[in-house]
Amino acid sequence: MNRVRRNRLLTVLFIFAGSAGAVTLMLLAANENLNLFHPPEQIVSGVAPVGVPIRAGGMVVAGSVARAPDSLDVEFVLTDYRGSDFRVAYTGILPDLFREGQGILVRGELDAAGVFRAVEVLAKHDENYMPPELVPIAAEAAGNAG
Amino acid sequence: MLTFKQFWHRLGSPKWFYRMSRPWFVAFAVAAGVLLGVGLAWGLAFAPPDYQQGDSFRIIYVHVPAAFLAQSVYIVLGAAGVLLLVWRMKMADMVLETMVPFGLWITALALFTGAVWGRPTWGTWWEFDGRTTSTLVLLFLYFGLYALRQAIPRAETAGRACAVLAIVGTINIPIIKYSVEWWTTLHQGATFTLTEPPAMPPVMWAPLLVNVVGAYCLFAANLIAQLRNAVLRREGGAQWVRDAVAAEAA
Repeated sequence: MNRVRRNRLLTVLFIFAGSAGAVTLMLLAANENLNLFHPPEQIVSGVAPVGVPIRAGGMVVAGSVARAPDSLDVEFVLTDYRGSDFRVAYTGILPDLFREGQGILVRGELDAAGVFRAVEVLAKHDENYMPPELVPIAAEAAGNAG
Repeated sequence: MLTFKQFWHRLGSPKWFYRMSRPWFVAFAVAAGVLLGVGLAWGLAFAPPDYQQGDSFRIIYVHVPAAFLAQSVYIVLGAAGVLLLVWRMKMADMVLETMVPFGLWITALALFTGAVWGRPTWGTWWEFDGRTTSTLVLLFLYFGLYALRQAIPRAETAGRACAVLAIVGTINIPIIKYSVEWWTTLHQGATFTLTEPPAMPPVMWAPLLVNVVGAYCLFAANLIAQLRNAVLRREGGAQWVRDAVAAEAA
């Protein structure tokens, strides 16, 4: 490679490295704010602020969903399966994919009693896809593995 | 047989490229038509529905190839930018000019199909999480490349300015890829990667694979066709172009 091209290449590398460094520092500085939601651990341990609009996420605990018979009020517990779980209260229609064991994102405020007052509930789909007829087989395999 | 160095050298020659590339275009165009036809019919009509999402999961057969291409096209633009700035390759500038609209549309398609899928699945059209926001930035980079070229009247200056923007913008590509691992996001992790077995059974990923390969063939066919047009536009005054066009017309 001749000298002219080598110098141009070095200039290009310098521009790229400089911009990459700047972007990396920006992302590191903003790191906490780039997370979309608080995991259950932060809600329980008090890291998440009380009385401020935030998002939280977790898995719906099996058997925890309690619907009011005469209104759209619903309560459920979200967990990380590692000992942190918190109660969510919501009024409204839940997404189609809402079910026990499903990852769920809630937007709202944490009250002083540690209950999350949600104004919006979103289903977080995981990366796994299955045809319906494979579900019993997969459940059995998971049971054997556990 | 050409050595790699000779091949590389000749690829930089508009004349050689124009003479050689017609059969390449036909091959990629036919492959894209067949693969996308088979893959889309298979995925949209014959693959089984998902156990949770039902039929709405089928949008993956358009969304994933579009999202792959959106990022790959940008990487190609970045590489063309390096070739233009360091080696002053004419063909690289043509790539940098002609592939921007294709990348822009395919990124828009990835965002649109994602929104259409997100509404029934997540419960929202749009959420500013790491993956969706960085992909939106990618769309804006394509808009920026398009606008920058239009804004600078002198072609050579415009090409170099676009090259710098394309190279710097590639920093966004790893951010898109790792956004779902670095931060908590609404978007799920990758279903389909080069390094791990897919998180779906073969009856579901086989049509997806066909569509992804077909989409890359479409990209290659589009790239070659656009480059052939760009060669004619830019080298239109040269004698060999007149000869070539006269030969094709005869």
